[in-house]
Amino acid sequence: MHFWRLRDQKFVLKRLLLMSTLKTPPFFPHRHLLGIEGLSPQDIAALLDFAEEEIDVSRQVEKKKSVLRGRTQINLFFEASTRTQSSFELAGKRLGADVMNMSVSSSSVKKGETLVDTAMTLNAMNPDILVMRHHSAGAAALLAQQVDCSVINAGDGAHEHPTQALLDALTIRRHKGSLARLTVAICGDVLHSRVARSNILLLNAMDARVRVVAPSTLLPAGIERMGVEVFRDMKEGLQGADVVMMLRLQRERMAGAFVPSVREYFRYHGLDAEKLACARPDALVMHPGPMNRGVEIDPAIADGPNSVIREQVEMGVAVRMAVLEALSQHLPNRGGRG
Amino acid sequence: MAHPSNNRSSNSVHIRNGRIICARQKLDEISDLLIIDGRIAAMGPAGKLAVSNEDIPALDVSGKVVLPGFVDMQVNVGEPGEEHKETLATASAAAAAGGITTIVTTPDTDPVIDDPALVDFMLRRARDTAIVKVHPSAALTKGQAGKEMTEFGLLKEAGAVAFSSGHRALENAVILRRALTYARDFDSLIIHHAEDPNLAADGVMNEGENASRLGLPGIPHEAELIMIDRDIRMAALTQSRCHIAQLSTAAGVAAIRTAKAAGIPVTAGVSINHLSLNEIDIGGYRTFFKLSPPLRLEDDRQALIDGVADGTIDVVVSNHDPQNVEAKRHPFAEAESGAIGLETLFSAAMRLVHDERLSLLDLVRAVSDTPARLLGLPAGSLEVGTDADIAIADLNEPWIASEDQFRSRSKNTAFEDARFSGRIVQTFVSGQSVFSLDQA
Repeated sequence: MHFWRLRDQKFVLKRLLLMSTLKTPPFFPHRHLLGIEGLSPQDIAALLDFAEEEIDVSRQVEKKKSVLRGRTQINLFFEASTRTQSSFELAGKRLGADVMNMSVSSSSVKKGETLVDTAMTLNAMNPDILVMRHHSAGAAALLAQQVDCSVINAGDGAHEHPTQALLDALTIRRHKGSLARLTVAICGDVLHSRVARSNILLLNAMDARVRVVAPSTLLPAGIERMGVEVFRDMKEGLQGADVVMMLRLQRERMAGAFVPSVREYFRYHGLDAEKLACARPDALVMHPGPMNRGVEIDPAIADGPNSVIREQVEMGVAVRMAVLEALSQHLPNRGGRG
Repeated sequence: MAHPSNNRSSNSVHIRNGRIICARQKLDEISDLLIIDGRIAAMGPAGKLAVSNEDIPALDVSGKVVLPGFVDMQVNVGEPGEEHKETLATASAAAAAGGITTIVTTPDTDPVIDDPALVDFMLRRARDTAIVKVHPSAALTKGQAGKEMTEFGLLKEAGAVAFSSGHRALENAVILRRALTYARDFDSLIIHHAEDPNLAADGVMNEGENASRLGLPGIPHEAELIMIDRDIRMAALTQSRCHIAQLSTAAGVAAIRTAKAAGIPVTAGVSINHLSLNEIDIGGYRTFFKLSPPLRLEDDRQALIDGVADGTIDVVVSNHDPQNVEAKRHPFAEAESGAIGLETLFSAAMRLVHDERLSLLDLVRAVSDTPARLLGLPAGSLEVGTDADIAIADLNEPWIASEDQFRSRSKNTAFEDARFSGRIVQTFVSGQSVFSLDQA
């Protein structure tokens, strides 16, 4: 018994010591995270700095903080997503929140309930944070108007996916030191990609040079006015790039609708060794996942020395922890319960 | 590209005293032309060209004209699938007899040319059997079903020079938009058959008094005009090159003229049939005059000629469309449409020149210079250094077109027993004589 008690004491001491070394979250002047749009470079830098701390937490044996203890986080996913949903779930749990997952297949949306009705219903359950992915652009903003809690956009249609852009930025910054003046080529289905839009906004805000590389059928109208250089030829687009960000091509868009076939897409827009050779030798290869190996990326490149794709996943949890913690400053009764 | 393979005779020749006409160089003068090893090596005043090699045979063409070989953008060959109608061998022999040194095949064969392997097949067959240069155009959509675009990049690499909707219009504007957008990345030319399939419906000739008297369902002018207007808007939206395969109406010419003035990247072609004939020629249900688009009114024909003369219409094609007797020996409405035209293209066009409706230079521009430029082919001119693809013509040679002279495997000509003045007398492909009237 005595032995056990001693161990307990040591453990508590260790934890107290550890917590005192952790920084408090930076002041974050927003109640919701609906997009990168509206964030200042300072906001972004603060979130990234803070995410660095969260990486340390996630690498400990005891991956736990208590800033969200007693708080309720609901992950509301109208689109299936293993990766983002589990990343948010883990982030919430590591901060001590009670996390509930709701996915569309089991929800009342299938029974005809509107998004606003769903929001009101959930709101009545007094959640503290709602994380939502929805297939329609603007859905997160609509939700935020209807509920009292903080809303995090985990992807709304082809509009924004802010935590993906933040985790990409964190990954790049850890390898390159800074985002400023880096040349980043975003390649593939820009037209349908919320990841591309959030990344374009973030990278521009942080002073990077952004290129988009895609067949014309996969470029949204007026993209050149969003502060990017547009390339249709991938080798030209990758010339001297510091970072190559690949985007996923949805299966239903492969055969004839936007591009003629998988083999033609891979030939001209798939990242292989020959095209990657146009980028800088130390270029980072990134992909938000899930990958279509042999469609937008050669398996050898995905697993090659330039690839940081798996690291992006780790950074995802850290960034989401940082966002959750930053938003928690605005939760009611702060200090009263925590 | 497939070059003729036979190297039986020398491909060097000294063509003397010809009237040389080249639209690209804006040339119309009596000169000598020296061809060495299949290429145009020099051009100079008659009799003054220094020929270093005495062995080069001389060909005196006094009184005749020397033209850049014609580039026919729309040739239907039966190969693969309908070799009983035409093969690459017979089509190329017919082309050579008509002064056509480059043919662009349409993709509506069986199977449809919608895969790089099939383009490769065409080029190999052409290399082995054809005596003129053959460039396949590939299908715009898979199986020409109008739903999914084909692999423009891979097909172009395989050798396809354009992407054609063949005999059918692309009904869905979204698919045309994406195809144009995608084609822009590869600087590929899209060739569209502009005829609204719903308005054309089961029509078999021009809609109007004549169709009504004959009791045949008609195709209104608007079937073409509405499609052309849509295509012009799509070309403007995508800033991608769209070529209207064949115009048949005056309003269509006017629409293209306006679009070009506005800088929209649209071009247009017309078949020699529509420049030569009108709906009256159908007479009493003559199925050889059943064409797609249909022959229209005389006013339309006149507007089409004006369109070629002022450059609104960029190219003149044969729209060579062989059909065997069985396919044509039906009641008019049930017969296949189409007429052969490779061997009569030049002679029929010369009627317009003799009538002073078209200058010889305008004609050469529309059959040689412009089609080559639209397709990105190093052909259609007599510039020094280019392949010696040459047609030599006698502008006044009288002849009567008769079925038994035709080299084409099918005999469905719209010019049966037509009296012509002007004929191709010799044709060279890469400096090699592939047709000579004397030996025909």
